[in-house]
Formats: sequence, C-alpha cells, structure tokens
Amino acid sequence: MSSIPLLKLENVFKIYKIDDLPVKALDGVDLVIKKGDFLSVMGPSGSGKSTLMHIAGCLDIPTSGKVILEGENVSSLGEKELAKIRSTKIGFVFQSFNLVPRMEAIDNVQLPLIYAGIKTAERERRATETLIALGLKERLHHFPNQLSGGEQQRVALARALVNRPAIILADEPTGNVDSHTAKEIMEILTKLNKEGNTLIIVTHDPEVAKWTKRIVKIKDGKIEN
Amino acid sequence: MTFWENLRLALAALRANKVRSALTMLGIIIGVSSVILLVAIGTGLSTYITNQLEDLGGDSLFVMPGELEIATGGGGSGGMPGAGVGASKFTIDHLEDIKRNAKTIKAVMAYTENNGTIRYRGKSKIAQVAGVGPEYQEVRNQRIDEGSFFNLSQYNAAKKVVVLGKTVAQELFDQESPVGKKVTISDKQYAVAGVLEEKGAFGGIDLDNQVFIPATTAMRQFDMQYLQSFWIQSQGADTIAATKEEVEKILSKTLDDDQFSVIDTKSILGVISRILGVLTAALGGIAAISLLVGGIGIMNIMLVSVTERTREIGLRKAVGATPQVILTQFLIEAVILSLFGGLSGITLGILGSLGIRQFLTTSVTPWSIFLAFGVSALVGVIFGVAPAAKASRLNPIDALRYE
Repeated sequence: MSSIPLLKLENVFKIYKIDDLPVKALDGVDLVIKKGDFLSVMGPSGSGKSTLMHIAGCLDIPTSGKVILEGENVSSLGEKELAKIRSTKIGFVFQSFNLVPRMEAIDNVQLPLIYAGIKTAERERRATETLIALGLKERLHHFPNQLSGGEQQRVALARALVNRPAIILADEPTGNVDSHTAKEIMEILTKLNKEGNTLIIVTHDPEVAKWTKRIVKIKDGKIEN
Repeated sequence: MTFWENLRLALAALRANKVRSALTMLGIIIGVSSVILLVAIGTGLSTYITNQLEDLGGDSLFVMPGELEIATGGGGSGGMPGAGVGASKFTIDHLEDIKRNAKTIKAVMAYTENNGTIRYRGKSKIAQVAGVGPEYQEVRNQRIDEGSFFNLSQYNAAKKVVVLGKTVAQELFDQESPVGKKVTISDKQYAVAGVLEEKGAFGGIDLDNQVFIPATTAMRQFDMQYLQSFWIQSQGADTIAATKEEVEKILSKTLDDDQFSVIDTKSILGVISRILGVLTAALGGIAAISLLVGGIGIMNIMLVSVTERTREIGLRKAVGATPQVILTQFLIEAVILSLFGGLSGITLGILGSLGIRQFLTTSVTPWSIFLAFGVSALVGVIFGVAPAAKASRLNPIDALRYE
C-alpha cells in the first residue's frame, strides 16, 4: 500500500452554539488517513467522534481548520460541491442502515449512482455486481423489511461501495446487530480493506476496534495520545 | 440526474402511497371537473338562448311601454319580450303611423298578451292568449299544422278567430280536428282557424300552450285601451339603427320619451350574454375555490410526506443529492399529483357534461380545458414549492438522525 495521504485534517475546530453557549465538538484535530488505512475512531458519546465523521465525510464543514481530500481542500465548499464529492468519493454506512423502505435492495444500492449521473444500465450492472460480491445474489429484489439485520447492513455496505469511493465511513456499523452478525460484518469490512479500500469506523465498542489496523481515541473533541 | 430519473423517483414515491395519492388527487379532480362542467353548462345555456333569440331575427325591434335602457322580456311569451315597465299608451293609430311612415321597416305588428281559459265541451285549459297581427305567421316563420292563420280582413274586422298552439289543441280536442270548431275564451266564442306546428319548450315554458287571436280582437274582448307592444322587422340587419331612429321619431310626435322604448334583438342579446357571462364566471369561480382547496390538500400531504421521509431525504443527501435535486424531486411529485388530478378532472368534466346533455345544453369549451389544465399544473407548483423547499433545506446530519 502506498502512503499518500488520502485525507488530511489540519487543526480542525467545530464549534456549535447551544443556547448561545459555544460547544467545541472538535477542538483542534489533526488526522492523516492514508490510502489503504483501516482505522477505528473510538470515544464515549459526546466525544466528538460523530462530528469528526461528518467532517471527514464532507457532510459538514469545520468552523476552522483544513480538510484535504485527495489533495483538494474541501473545508470551505458549498452544499452543492460537497454533495458532488459525497456522491463520487465517499461511502457511508450507518448504524441504523438507513435503507429506503419502499425500494428494493438493488434500487437502494443504485442511489449514489443516480446522483453521480450514471446511466440506468450501468447502474444496474454495478449494483448487481456489488450485491453479489457481498453474498446477496438471492436478495436483489427484496425490500429492506424482507431482509435480516445483517443482510440490511450488507445492502448498506454495497450502497457505500458501489460508487467506488476513495474512503468508506462507517458509523457504528455493528450497533444494531447481534454479536454473530457483527463478526460477519467486521469480516466483510476486513476483506474490503484487504482489497484496497480505505475504511474509517466510528465506534465505542473495543471488540469492533480490535479488527482495525489503527485505533484513534477521541475525548472532548481532542485526539488522545 | 435527468428529468426522467426524477420523474421515475416521483412516480415510485407516489405509487408507494396509492390511496393517499388518489385521495389527494381527488381534491383537484373535483375542482377541475366542476370548473369544466359549470363552464360547459353556462356556455351551453348562453349558446342556446342566443340561438333562440337569433331565431327571432337579427333584424327585429320591439317597442315597449315605459322608459327602458333594455328590456329582457317580462312575460317570455314565445321567447318574445312581453310588456315592459309602465303602462302602455300604444294605440292602433301608432301602429298605422309606423306602418305608413317608417321607410326602413319590412313589417310592424301589434302584440298583446293575456291569460285566459280556453274551453271546449267541458274541457278547459289555461293558456296565454296572444294578440298579434296576421303577419305573425310569416315573420315568425310559424308553420300551420292544420287549417290556416287568420287573415288581414279578419284582423281588421276584429273577428273572434283563434289559432291554437299544439298543447292547447291536444288537450281540448284530443284526436278530433279542431279546425272550424268553436272554443270559448273568457266567455266569448271563437272559431278555430288553425293549429300551429309544435314549437317545444323554452326555458321551461311550454311554447305550445298559447293561442293567437287578432290584436284588434284582443283589445276589444279583453277590454284593453292600449296595445302592449309592437314588434318591428327592419329591412335588414344594417338598417336596425335607422329603423330605431325612425320609429322613435314617429312615436315622439304623440308620446313622451318616457312612455316608450325601442329595443333591438342585438342589445337584448348583448345583455343576456353579459348576464350569462357573469353567471358562468361566478360558477367557475366558485368551482375554482374547490381547486384551491385541492391545492391545499396537495401541500398538506406533501408536507406530511417530507416529514415522513426525513431520513430518506437525509440519506439521499448523504449519498450525493444536491438541494436542487431534492427540491425538483418533491416538486415533481406535487405537480404529478395535480396534473394527474387535472387530467382525470378534465375527463370527468367532459363525461359529466356529455351525461347531462340529455337535460341541459352543455358546451365544453377548449379554453376551460386549457385553463383547468394550466391551473392544476400551477396549483401543483405553487403548493408544492413550500414542502419541496422544506425538504431541500433539511440538514443531512439532522435528517439522518430523525426518528
């Protein structure tokens, strides 16, 4: 694996105002993610790990500091530009899967491709391919409520992978499944990393963190160590 | 993200809530179909009345007692405006004066109307007794079924002769031929000269429940000092104004300006079409309110839909949907609801107006269809914008967390 910095956070601050009182969700974070990294961000709730993920995933911009994704400074982009970056470079996996309930698995997986402007035939081919790679060949046309928790999370993973993102961000990916399924998901994530994908997992579960190559601990908006 | 992609997304979302979508459309369907139906009825009525009045001839004028800007017909006898306001001072001399001195007229005829009971062998029928001139048959293009109309000498001599309308003839004589028989009208015996061809009904009035006697006879038998009105036919449509002026001049010699009015069919038509136009617009306007209510229904359901799908919107944004794309998606949903509703409403309105054609004349006008279609599209956009804007402004992070 090369060591080019894929994502670089430089002195990132994120300050929210709650009842006019500034709350530092991120308090000067520096972080470098290299291509092929498999990183877990750990911390208790309220530590700022979700905010870190939102900023790393271009869902949000920092109050100050720099976020550089593949050499491009994304820290001050507008909503539209950020959306474009998310549709091409970022894959998200959420704790509660966030599948659209009235859409079949294959249509859920196609969503990022729709917004990236890819044509129907190509979209279907890639979505099918990705779902099959994740062992969901028999589940292409099932609705989310016809799938088990593990299957749902695999569909969500397929959705995150389908646009071949530079980086995959998973927020508590095992938070809503049993330990057996959690193991299954972590095995898939490890496999994906071995295939060259860069992954960041946000978790509070040390068992999950054990699977990753690197653990970053965050507390009160600051990275420890 | 093409338009077709958006359309597909919107259709999928609407299909997911079939009943809700159908009920939301119902508001627009009712609004649009009632606009089309009511305008069709209004327009049909207007066309019908115009046609009826045009049958009177575009070259007709009426002289009414009293001072009128316009008279739209008091009695409605035979579709001919009856007595106006004020007491009549018209005499046979006036009639003769017009006949002799107005150069642009083709015919002039006295017209009176009374109600009377017509009896024959124990049967009776209350009908309108019109006193007219012998010209009536010709100028009104009336065909005689049996016998003949009374002639000029009978008229001049004020003979007690009568021409029966079809209804009167049928009720009193049944299968028997009335010609040559004697009927009693207000205790006087009249000889039946003929029976008119069936005319049908106009505005709910049976035009065949009428009998015609010479105006001269009417004055005598009904004890009338004056004739109620004159009916004048000008030489052509282009001499109407000249005729009006002439007749006014002739009558001014012996009558005050406020004792008579000369009115032409055109101005009556003008007034009636103005009234019907206002009526149609008012009906259409009331119906349009239901369209507005339908639009509010769309807005309401779209707002519910946005709230329900907050997480979906958050997700769509997280995977790369721009606010613009989300806005378009929800706007298209709203417009589809209103357009489908509009199209169904148009179909229903047309079918409805065809359905009631048995009872009422209706005429579906292209402008009402275009208007209904345009308005329903507009309703979709106007009432769809607020919910769509709300959706597009959602913060993806908060939206994803929404429970």
